Amino acid sequence: MNPWLYGVALVLAGALAVLLAVDLVRDRAAQDSHFIGLAVLEVVMLVQLVGGVVALARTERDLEGAVFVSYLVTNLLVPVVAAFLALAERSRVGTTILLLGVATVAGLELRLWDVWGGPGA
Amino acid sequence: MGRVPERPAAAQPAHPLSEGWGRALVFVYGLFAVAATGRSAVQLGLEPGKAPLAYSLSLLAAVLYLVATTCLLLGGRTGWRVAGVAVAIELVGVLSVGTLSYVATDLFPDKTVWSHFGQGYGFLPLVLPFAGLAWLRHTAPRRSKATLP
Repeated sequence: MNPWLYGVALVLAGALAVLLAVDLVRDRAAQDSHFIGLAVLEVVMLVQLVGGVVALARTERDLEGAVFVSYLVTNLLVPVVAAFLALAERSRVGTTILLLGVATVAGLELRLWDVWGGPGA
Repeated sequence: MGRVPERPAAAQPAHPLSEGWGRALVFVYGLFAVAATGRSAVQLGLEPGKAPLAYSLSLLAAVLYLVATTCLLLGGRTGWRVAGVAVAIELVGVLSVGTLSYVATDLFPDKTVWSHFGQGYGFLPLVLPFAGLAWLRHTAPRRSKATLP
């Protein structure tokens, strides 16, 4: 798994989480900027899914492939579902849903790294 | 013209279960339904005999999260009641399994969603039943006047 991509995903999810937490404290509904950030995260998740599956096919590591791919797919779906729910709830509830969504992505990124078993192809 | 007759207030919870904060609950319960189902599928699929108790509890958690998510989405009086039962069992489950996983470690050779009060999931499994019960209390169906003395 590409450590750079992993780092970008984790930093982006973390930055979004901070932004959303600040806006949640300020009692602001989900903003366009949040959704743009989420869209960028979604692109990274898509690249990671493709890159992850290719890396899994090439690697000689002994890892749980099904778990690895299920995490990648979940990470692709979570921002989309969170965005739809947040669009239906234009209040701090929507902001909370987005925050929970990016926290889930960040958490799954950490699990992905565990399952892969550290740096290297 | 074409007016839908209003349903009696007593037959409906005070608020729809899947709106407002309920929507955030649906999201989190849905996530845990997926997470617990995935976990128990992997555990039971790979080594079902390794930790039968832990794996059965993972499966129970998966079912409870699925039932709670579905009932929140369906709403109505029955949905509210069934969700209440599911969340109550979930609360008992996370508290007892959480405690047992600390004091009786030999019972759990492998982890469940509820082990160590959901430590592996940011302790959300511990917070979730309380949030669920609070939301159900908030959305409790009003008693119809007929049943009052």
